[in-house]
Amino acid sequence: MAILIEQIINGVIVGTYFTLLALGLSLIFSLGGIVNLAHGAFYAIGAYIAVELDRQLGYPLAFAISPVITALIGIAIEVVFLRRLVARDPVLTLLFTFGLAIIIEESLRLIWGATGLPFSIPEMFRGIQVIGGFLVTNYRLGILGVVVVAVVLVWLLLNRTNFGLIVKAGTSDPEIVRSLGINLRPIQTAVFAIGIALAAIAGVISAPLAGVQPAMGTEVVTAAFVIVVIGGLGSFWGTLLAGVLVGVVRGVTITVLPPAADASMYALMILVLLLRPRGLLGEEMEKLEQ
Amino acid sequence: MTCSNSYTRRRVLQGGAAAGAVAATTSIGFPQILKAAEPIKLGHLTPRTGFLGQLGEYGLNAARMAVDEINADGGIDGRKIELIAEDSVKPGVAVNKVDQLINREGVSALMGEISSSTALAIGEAAMRNQTLYINTGANSDALRGQNCNRFMFHVEGCNTMYTKTIGQWQVNQGLMDGAKWYFLTADYAFGHDLRRVSQRFFKDQGGEIVGDDLVPTGTNDYSSYILKIRREQPDMVYLNLAGTDQTTFLKQYNEYGLGYPLSGGVMDTLQFWSAGLENLSGHWQSLWYHGIDNPAADAFKRNFQERYGTPPENQAWGDYTAMHIIAQGLRETGSTKSPDLIDYFEGGAEFDVLKRRPGHFRKWDHQLLQEMYVVEVKDPAQSQNEWDIFNVVQPVPGDGEPLDKIQPTQEENACEMQQA
Repeated sequence: MAILIEQIINGVIVGTYFTLLALGLSLIFSLGGIVNLAHGAFYAIGAYIAVELDRQLGYPLAFAISPVITALIGIAIEVVFLRRLVARDPVLTLLFTFGLAIIIEESLRLIWGATGLPFSIPEMFRGIQVIGGFLVTNYRLGILGVVVVAVVLVWLLLNRTNFGLIVKAGTSDPEIVRSLGINLRPIQTAVFAIGIALAAIAGVISAPLAGVQPAMGTEVVTAAFVIVVIGGLGSFWGTLLAGVLVGVVRGVTITVLPPAADASMYALMILVLLLRPRGLLGEEMEKLEQ
Repeated sequence: MTCSNSYTRRRVLQGGAAAGAVAATTSIGFPQILKAAEPIKLGHLTPRTGFLGQLGEYGLNAARMAVDEINADGGIDGRKIELIAEDSVKPGVAVNKVDQLINREGVSALMGEISSSTALAIGEAAMRNQTLYINTGANSDALRGQNCNRFMFHVEGCNTMYTKTIGQWQVNQGLMDGAKWYFLTADYAFGHDLRRVSQRFFKDQGGEIVGDDLVPTGTNDYSSYILKIRREQPDMVYLNLAGTDQTTFLKQYNEYGLGYPLSGGVMDTLQFWSAGLENLSGHWQSLWYHGIDNPAADAFKRNFQERYGTPPENQAWGDYTAMHIIAQGLRETGSTKSPDLIDYFEGGAEFDVLKRRPGHFRKWDHQLLQEMYVVEVKDPAQSQNEWDIFNVVQPVPGDGEPLDKIQPTQEENACEMQQA
């Protein structure tokens, strides 16, 4: 029993980390209608830039600056390419982001090489805590803290600011918002940048845990998509809930039936979609009902 | 209009025929030269993406370097080698590419691969096309045993070689008898094969298995497994993981600071470099490591470092060595026909494999018999650079011992060569 409790606690931590990626995906989709297949690639960019900055400036600054640079790259791509494609047909963005993911991965390979870059947990975050017999590392507690802060900030932005008001209105009925004389374009760019920054933060905090290598985003982004679908497209709380749920289900599966670890996530998705096609907390969205 | 069109076409056709005739006459004059200038095509297949993609890149880079060396050296009797490289992706895709390489491109032989599942598919497709295939990176014993075939040769070591190299050393250190080990295994053909081989060896030596988890490939969070390991308090954690999974596990295992010694049934230097020296510990085995003191390997190390910016590692060694073995076969037999090359390889020809002793293929399972090495993770204080991560403890088999000492016996891994 103790091991199950330990796995559940650990699963919550792992899940919140996935949530960061999923939340960015969900945000970008709900306002712009863009299914960002290059999300994992931006996650990788975030990690690579952090490794590079860490060499020059140390970890705290690398952690702070990398998401900003990555978001700026995201803004450039949104303004130059995505904006035009969405205007024509949002389906085009699927093709574009698919290609973009490959281009980014190959660019990382060209610049930094195929070999993974060694990158370890910074000195100040090393060590472990044993609380009531349960083991957790300081670094993962740090991750939990970062995710909680990021999630709270995003929530405040969406729910306590005029910006958030426009985003929400634009999500549920872009036509009406436009007819009120509000230009949604800069808002869409800003939301895209926030989503990319969240992916980059996830990349930065994963750099010391997993390998920093060109294809690092490929596996992770699949989990993020599954979480978005389970939680319900565009649902803030749904994404959070689904992230934690996937983390816990995976941890428990590893304890009971290790070979099914990956399959557990998909089984959960199938179950949820059968019982509730729009996901756990997904709202009916006008543009999805057409 | 129609008339004039057909007239023009006829004119063109006539012109074409005349040109053809001229070409035919000319070629009669110089058939030897034309033939000599024709390159010998070789096909290279390996994963360039996914969890084995980093290794694949090293393999292909080394194969390209070997081709350039051979061509700069005059090629094979004046004929250049042309390497046609493809991303093998997965078994189904690889099979199609084998057919294309052989039937459309006309390659004389195939080489490469890392994944045992894909190597099996390539080996079968090569046999169907009666074409030589040299495996440079797939470890599964089954490829040399129940799935062996006459057209497939193995430069990469098999799982039993890896297991016995580190295993003999561990037995001598008294690490096995009565010990409790926790096994983590990659959940695909390679891992299943290595799990069977390594656990058989461990149990034969009196060990007790206290944990045995199959892990999906490309896993990026190992915390759940590490928490399970902690509950079992093993004497050793034994990794049968491949590719980037090695890197990820090593980093996260160090994060949790459990301190149980690490070892494993396979070690890819590249994945250990990626993890960084401070995340490494324990004794491992290596098929080839650039720290091995051997003058024959100096040019290979120097040229690779100059060209690609890092030292070569075991996968680069595999593809580089295989290319030179094929070249030696082509040169010595004077033929590009697979049956001739196979006869030459089966005949016990010796190859410089950049180790202290030369290697040769064992006739009944087509495994390249060669030295391996026990290595220990270096004290960070003594490391010269980010690639200097191991001390070489000893070659296995040692001096004076037969090369097949670490090989599976015919009873352990019987092979009945399929012809087609």
